[in-house]
Amino acid sequence: MADDELMIGHRNSEWTGLGPILEEDIAFSSIAQDQIGHALANYGLLNEHFGEAIPDVIAFSRNEKEFHSSQFVELPIGDYAFSLMRHFLFDHAESIRYDMLTLSSFAPLASLARKIKGELKYHTLHADLWVKRLGQGMEESHARMQTALNEAFPYALGMFEPSKYDDELKSENIFEGETALQTKWLETITPILERANLQLPKLPIKERMYGGRQGYHTEYLQPLLDEMTEVYRLDPAATW
Amino acid sequence: MVMQQHIYDILATVMDPEIPTLSVIDLGMITDVRMSDDGVRIRLLPTFVACPATSYIKSNISEALRHAGFESVQVDLETEMNWTSDRISEIGRKKLEAFGLGAPVQIDGVLGLDQIEQVACPHCGSSNTEIRSMFGSTLCRSIHYCLDCKQGFERFKPL
Repeated sequence: MADDELMIGHRNSEWTGLGPILEEDIAFSSIAQDQIGHALANYGLLNEHFGEAIPDVIAFSRNEKEFHSSQFVELPIGDYAFSLMRHFLFDHAESIRYDMLTLSSFAPLASLARKIKGELKYHTLHADLWVKRLGQGMEESHARMQTALNEAFPYALGMFEPSKYDDELKSENIFEGETALQTKWLETITPILERANLQLPKLPIKERMYGGRQGYHTEYLQPLLDEMTEVYRLDPAATW
Repeated sequence: MVMQQHIYDILATVMDPEIPTLSVIDLGMITDVRMSDDGVRIRLLPTFVACPATSYIKSNISEALRHAGFESVQVDLETEMNWTSDRISEIGRKKLEAFGLGAPVQIDGVLGLDQIEQVACPHCGSSNTEIRSMFGSTLCRSIHYCLDCKQGFERFKPL
């Protein structure tokens, strides 16, 4: 979760100064700020409860293979339609994930989930508004949104790649599991996409872009890490 | 008790760096103040998870209390409960409006488009307003427009 938030936060921040209109520039920058903050909170839980290194070290000093983010979040920002569609697909998944985690038996995560859930409301409402607006808009805006959905969807399914810990998380009532999350996600996004006149691609199961959770990434992650950690690597022990 | 009131009075001078007319008391960020032989312990409830001002506020609280003569001050982050904009006091809401920011409506645990859109214009008081963007110049603000006085304004987001 934290790795996903860190990567997509970095990608969304790339819109700062480049947004198609001022409000969207601000929106993507704010969303990015939230996402990096949520990553920090989750890395903080790992540090506090599971003996992992401090957040800066976990975030900035791992190798590509050690990141468990989905391939979806490391893809370049593409055009605005792609970034917007990714924001829509990602933030709905994230929002439902945190909603499910409010019931987690791991109390610190349940508490964080209750807090983050409200903040994500702004993300999903923002995404819904623009997906509808552009999906129902002109021929070109509709076509670009549909193309973005077709490109993003196989990667988006990679967010729900099951892990070997799923059964244990479920039996311990920590998390209901990726399959349950994916089902709820599809139930949520399908009617919104329909209202936007957009169609979910029908995909053969093998076209899901799995692998990210096990450390298998696309060619885009390493350059992202190089850029993200450039300043940190100059002096890892520096105090900010 | 007198001493505790004195500490609250000092805390009322520690302002939010992003909205400098609003104190940590107005924002409902203080959940506990304790005095013991070891010094003062304050519990601080952060607002937005990614708010960059939290660490500044924390050190500003320590500094204000040290300046007032309290030698040992510890500020811990409150993790037992979550902040909501419903914690902003009545005085805090008035200060927000005087500052030119719309105040958040009471949400009582329900946050949807209605609560996010609904705001009175801080300039003319009209409720005939519309939302322009859910994200503003800081994480805690959204951008709105008043259809009566034709002025754009920001509001503190309900959360």
